[in-house]
Amino acid sequence: MNINLTLFGQTIAFAIFVWFCMKYVWPPLTQAMQERQKKIAEGLDAAGRAQQDLKLAQEKVSNTLRESREQATQIIEQANKQANAIIEDAKQQAQSEGERLIAGAKAEIEQEVNRAREELRKQVAALAILGAEKILESKVDTKAHNKLVEKLASQL
Amino acid sequence: MANTPVEYIQHHLQNLVLGSLPERGWTIAKTAEEAREMGFWSIHLDTLGWSIAMGVLFLWLFRKAALSATTKVPGPLQNIAEMCIEFVEGMVRDTFHGRNPLIAPLALTIFVWVFLMNSLKWIPVDFIPGLAHLFGVPYFKIVPTADPNGTFGISIGVFLLIIYYSIKVKGIGGFAKELSLTPFNHWALIPFNLFLEILGLLTKPLTLALRLFGNMYAGEVVFILIALLPFWAQWTLNLPWAIFHILVIPLQAFIFMVLTIVYLSAAHEDHH
Repeated sequence: MNINLTLFGQTIAFAIFVWFCMKYVWPPLTQAMQERQKKIAEGLDAAGRAQQDLKLAQEKVSNTLRESREQATQIIEQANKQANAIIEDAKQQAQSEGERLIAGAKAEIEQEVNRAREELRKQVAALAILGAEKILESKVDTKAHNKLVEKLASQL
Repeated sequence: MANTPVEYIQHHLQNLVLGSLPERGWTIAKTAEEAREMGFWSIHLDTLGWSIAMGVLFLWLFRKAALSATTKVPGPLQNIAEMCIEFVEGMVRDTFHGRNPLIAPLALTIFVWVFLMNSLKWIPVDFIPGLAHLFGVPYFKIVPTADPNGTFGISIGVFLLIIYYSIKVKGIGGFAKELSLTPFNHWALIPFNLFLEILGLLTKPLTLALRLFGNMYAGEVVFILIALLPFWAQWTLNLPWAIFHILVIPLQAFIFMVLTIVYLSAAHEDHH
């Protein structure tokens, strides 16, 4: 347990160890740690930014979705309206066409009836004359009794 | 090796000394008397050898970690090294006010080196001396911090740094002024101040070294005493004492480091 030269040997060894540590151990390790810290900080930053981006994108998506939905509803509504209008139009047209056709047919029928009636009248007149001739046993002067026949025919 | 308990203890507390004797020249001391005769100009081969071995082990491990240091996921060695560095750096940041690139590596070296030297105490007291005895080495004391030369050697280094930075930061005049005019700023009290301040200054390395030495030496003696018990009873005391040293060994290394930082921080502070 004597104090001796070991003392200074220890001091010198200590000095050399500190020097070596300061020069070759401390700087690379602390540098690596700092760089990792920076990397982690950057990573966290990027993650935060990405999250923000994601949030914005999601908002955008939901906005677009809502807009397109609104547009779609509008389009469907318009289409419905148009379709209704077209159907209405077609109905009206069909109705008027039908009415027109009915009116034409009615007019024709009336004409036909009138003609048939005329014919009938003529035939009745002729029959009446024929009958009268039979009864009278003489010729009826068509011209002389024309007025009478006419009157008869119109009464039929 | 030894026949009586006293001889056994004395044998275990004797270092392996290399020195010169009048009749034999440079040689290794075979007895404690011879070692004493060698005086100041001799060397404790075991203390120096083990402390250098521990220092080299520390630097080798940490250099290895530094060489393979990556900014990606670190390996276990780098993790340990970074944990130590972070711990020491935090300590320095909290305690040391000022800027000096030396302080943190210095503190790291002290902490890990002293820790490794202290941890040699966990090796059972007879293992390595017994092994050395087989090779014809008369004495072998492996814990460098249980040798006052070992602890004083480090504290002298710290003391020189205290003086160096006191003069560098405050100038010779400023340092002299601090020594002579505090705590009482009056010319008549200069001798008293000088006495007080120089005493305080010298106390720093003294307490630094003695605290570590005292703790380690006392622990060692207790381990040696326990080793005197019959072998089947030793573990009852040996185990608790070794477990207790899980606290003591890092604590003493930590105290040495913190006090070094505090003393150097005080050396950097200029009160004027």
